[in-house]
Amino acid sequence: MYPADLKYTKDHEWVRAGDGEAIIGITHYAQAQLGDVVFVELPAVGRAIKQGEAFGTIESVKAVSELYAPVSGEVTAVNDALSTSPESVNKDPHGAWIIKVKPSNAGEIGSLLDAAAYQALVG
Amino acid sequence: MAELLQAPVTSIAREPGFAARHIGPSPAEQTEMLAVVGAASVEALLDEAIPAAIRRRDPLPLPPAEREHDYLARLWTVASKNQVFRTFIGLGYYDTITPAAILRNVFENPGWYTPYTPYQAEIAQGRLESLLNFQTTVKDLTAMDVANASLLDEATAAAEGMALAHRVCPRKDAHVFLADRAAFPQTLELLAARTEPLGLQLRVVDVASAEIGPDVFGVLLQSPDANGLVRDLSALIARVHEAKSLAVVATDLLACALITPPGEMGADVVVGSAQRLGVPLGYGGPHAAFFATRDAYVRQMPGRLIGVSVDAHGKTAYRMAIATREQHIRREKATSNICTAQALLANIAAFYAVYHGPDGLAAIAGRVHGQAVALEARLALLGVTQRNAAYFDTLCMDVGHVAAVARIRQAADAARLNFRYEGTHVGIALDETVEVRDLDAIVQVFRSSVRSSTDEGVALPTTSTGAAAELKLPPVLVRTSPFLTHPVFHTYRSESALMRYIRGLERKDIGLDTSMIPLGSCTMKLNAAAEMLPLSWPELARLHPFVPAAQAAGYHQLFGELESALGHISGLPGVSLQPNSGAQGELAGLLVIQAWHRDRGDGRRNIALIPQSAHGTNPASAAMAGMEVVVVACDDKGNIDVVDLERKARQHADRLAALLVTYPSTHGVFEDAIQDICHIVHAHGGQVYMDGANMNAQVGLTSPALIGADVCHINLHKTFAIPHGGGGPGMGPICVAAHLAPYLPGHPVVKTGGAKAIHAVSAAPWGSASILAISYGYISMLGRDGLRDATAIAILNANYVKARLEPHFPILYTRTTGRVAHEMIVDLRPLKAASGIDETDVAKRLMDYGFHAPTVSFPVAGTLMIEPTESEPKAELDRFCDALIAVRAEIQAVIDGTADKTDNVLKHAPHTADAVTADAWTHPYSRQQAAFPLPFVRARKVWPTVARIDNARGDRQLICACPPMSEYE
Repeated sequence: MYPADLKYTKDHEWVRAGDGEAIIGITHYAQAQLGDVVFVELPAVGRAIKQGEAFGTIESVKAVSELYAPVSGEVTAVNDALSTSPESVNKDPHGAWIIKVKPSNAGEIGSLLDAAAYQALVG
Repeated sequence: MAELLQAPVTSIAREPGFAARHIGPSPAEQTEMLAVVGAASVEALLDEAIPAAIRRRDPLPLPPAEREHDYLARLWTVASKNQVFRTFIGLGYYDTITPAAILRNVFENPGWYTPYTPYQAEIAQGRLESLLNFQTTVKDLTAMDVANASLLDEATAAAEGMALAHRVCPRKDAHVFLADRAAFPQTLELLAARTEPLGLQLRVVDVASAEIGPDVFGVLLQSPDANGLVRDLSALIARVHEAKSLAVVATDLLACALITPPGEMGADVVVGSAQRLGVPLGYGGPHAAFFATRDAYVRQMPGRLIGVSVDAHGKTAYRMAIATREQHIRREKATSNICTAQALLANIAAFYAVYHGPDGLAAIAGRVHGQAVALEARLALLGVTQRNAAYFDTLCMDVGHVAAVARIRQAADAARLNFRYEGTHVGIALDETVEVRDLDAIVQVFRSSVRSSTDEGVALPTTSTGAAAELKLPPVLVRTSPFLTHPVFHTYRSESALMRYIRGLERKDIGLDTSMIPLGSCTMKLNAAAEMLPLSWPELARLHPFVPAAQAAGYHQLFGELESALGHISGLPGVSLQPNSGAQGELAGLLVIQAWHRDRGDGRRNIALIPQSAHGTNPASAAMAGMEVVVVACDDKGNIDVVDLERKARQHADRLAALLVTYPSTHGVFEDAIQDICHIVHAHGGQVYMDGANMNAQVGLTSPALIGADVCHINLHKTFAIPHGGGGPGMGPICVAAHLAPYLPGHPVVKTGGAKAIHAVSAAPWGSASILAISYGYISMLGRDGLRDATAIAILNANYVKARLEPHFPILYTRTTGRVAHEMIVDLRPLKAASGIDETDVAKRLMDYGFHAPTVSFPVAGTLMIEPTESEPKAELDRFCDALIAVRAEIQAVIDGTADKTDNVLKHAPHTADAVTADAWTHPYSRQQAAFPLPFVRARKVWPTVARIDNARGDRQLICACPPMSEYE
């Protein structure tokens, strides 16, 4: 269920860490809890975000949740396709990324959960 | 014969009084119900439902019940003490003509005033369509992209506009809001009330000459302004935008029919009141305020937004869009505590637009403007200067000297005319009711009071029609763009067509005129005709909120008696009738508590303890009051976890401001520990705010004061019979203990509140004053004993429903005695696990039985909360229970495998007439099972007009104005 190449937060975000870039989305568990996602409020490109801080909101037919930054850094890209098809978060949660960040503290990635630990968290 | 004449009149038995009409079950039925409940008597049941320590044993110190006819006769004498002068004060309130067809078919029609907020959209398509017409009217007239379904009042709308500006302003450190000096005083007051707790700064300035610095996130402009001045705001708004700030513009909808609207001048948010579109003045309300903005900010809008989606068959259907935002879900993170709209009044305004159409509105606006032009010309002949460079309907007459103003005032009073007096100026605001004789009377007042050198030589000028066609506006201010082009504003112009349109919409909805509405926490009791009747009386309907108090003597008598009654009922003697909704009552109450702490040098107290089970508005209101919310846990029986409460109270002892608690709890139970809870909070320096949502279980049997509360609000639209109006109006007066009374809300125009009054929380001094007469009637006609009996039977009805449903569904929370208060939670989660049928399926299936669903998933997800109220007779309670029990059997069929898991009566509910009568029928269940599941349904069948609505689609693609006519086919 939870890809091994991703890292996870207790707030149900995932991170794909690559060459000086971290791609961020929400987990399968999160989308299942939210139900039909109808809107994702995205930050401005260039905004500096801090680990644990809210960088946007995600809205479903039954709830509105904050999106929390798994790592600190500068937002380098946002997934504009979500404005017309927010449902892709439900259909492909680990593929439908939300933002890309240039991390400012490489050590933060190491503090996140691996797939097994996250699976254990959500049961 | 002589003996007969001497017989005492009192020996003639009279028919039963109002209480017997208001309370549903007859005494004989009550006995039957007690047998089912397993209680020896109503008193024995009450002893089991309510902790003895908080029982009120003495009778309410109120007069005995008044018979309906006697009440109406007496109220008439009270109302007659109000004097209806011709009033030209303006400031957001204007006399208007409610077309008789709208007065009778909407305002006075239980089909429109008794439904609840349209959460169950499939049986609310009528008023949803009308509210969409309202949104379209506002959007078109203001020339904005999108408008919401109304807000409480104009000042509140302006404050919400300010809050939106603060949220979306790109400069996060900006904390200053500039408001134009010439905005309405009540609007400036409310902005002050809202900025202070949030740490924002309000600067009231002349915006035209003010610097818009980098610390400014937004600016409020108003046109026409308080003096009536109309301005081209384009350059000013451009300057606001250059400063990366937002422009909130308050305007007048009728003016927008004639004058370039704020949307064409670049406004980001446009607010105002729709009152003058046919909604009576009512001494301040209720009225529908509006809020319009740009597409970019639609998801930041406060309040309710009606949107378009499709149903399960692909048919166009309306629903409340993005309803999950704000206080329902976001709680202390909410950016607004707005919950209620003013649906009934928004609908009246919408029908006014449908009735008049764009040409009619333009003609009214043109006539009002023309009369102002004619009046200016006539007053000019008397040598009086008019100060507004351009105006719509309001003249600002500069009479040069306060002594002249005093003479005018004296003459105006004698002629029974009200103007606005401000320094050396006299403001005259005209409206659609103004006739030539009114202009003559105004001129006569000035002529008799202004000493002009030319006066003697000038004959009294006359106007032949009063409807001068001349526009006295610079071209840039003349509206050229079309509005209300949608066919709905062109199709229903004959009264026959309008009457059928209104009736056609009404027929789609379930109100209390159809069947019981068992919504938990909403108290959908009878709104008796005798309570409603007086609202149409001109003596109550045509009073401007800012007339001198002497002209409103009848209202003030009514306010005094109502305040006293609410004080006795709550045990908290200080009363403010100002808050316009429960949530505004919460905000007012918390601000009062803060002011008290501050006054005692204890201003650091800023923490609000709020139980997990609280209404969403509680944390939202606390956030609006600038408080920090600390959540208190509930135990597995649904009660407040007293250990957790005590720990948190101790932990925050030096900063504890208040506990917000609902009683009986939101779980429908009289918690035994309530006095201990209040004691703990007091012991740690806090005050107790009681949310009065469940007051219907307390009146006469216990009270907020008895449980230990210091402040409560009372939802008059729940416990005290004001109808819900299909989603507003509401009223949330607050009652406070004596030590808090000095801080009750004031008002900038009319004196209200205590010696150390906090800022006003509503635009009008007594909120929605006219509907206070409903609660006054309710209290007068039930009287001392009837009020208590109503509470007792509300508790009996709830326990009867519980007894009938208990063998079929788990009832989630009760007192240790097994009794509930006035409502109960039915747990559907085990059934969902076993069958896949969820709470939404059950809610929609109840529509096929002709019922509105109970409250869904509040306060516990996956449950239904049922509140029958005292007004429902036993037969109706039985039909509702029979329906739920039959639904339970339908679920059992799915569990047993005798019904399909997905193709079943529940998953396809509700069933429309179209679906049931279609030539093709492919379901494994019969059409009869779909539409007539129980025998009683046949006699009073309600056909939902759309099938299950696709909520996700409507929220993804927001369409919030009337769809093209082809969609109506």
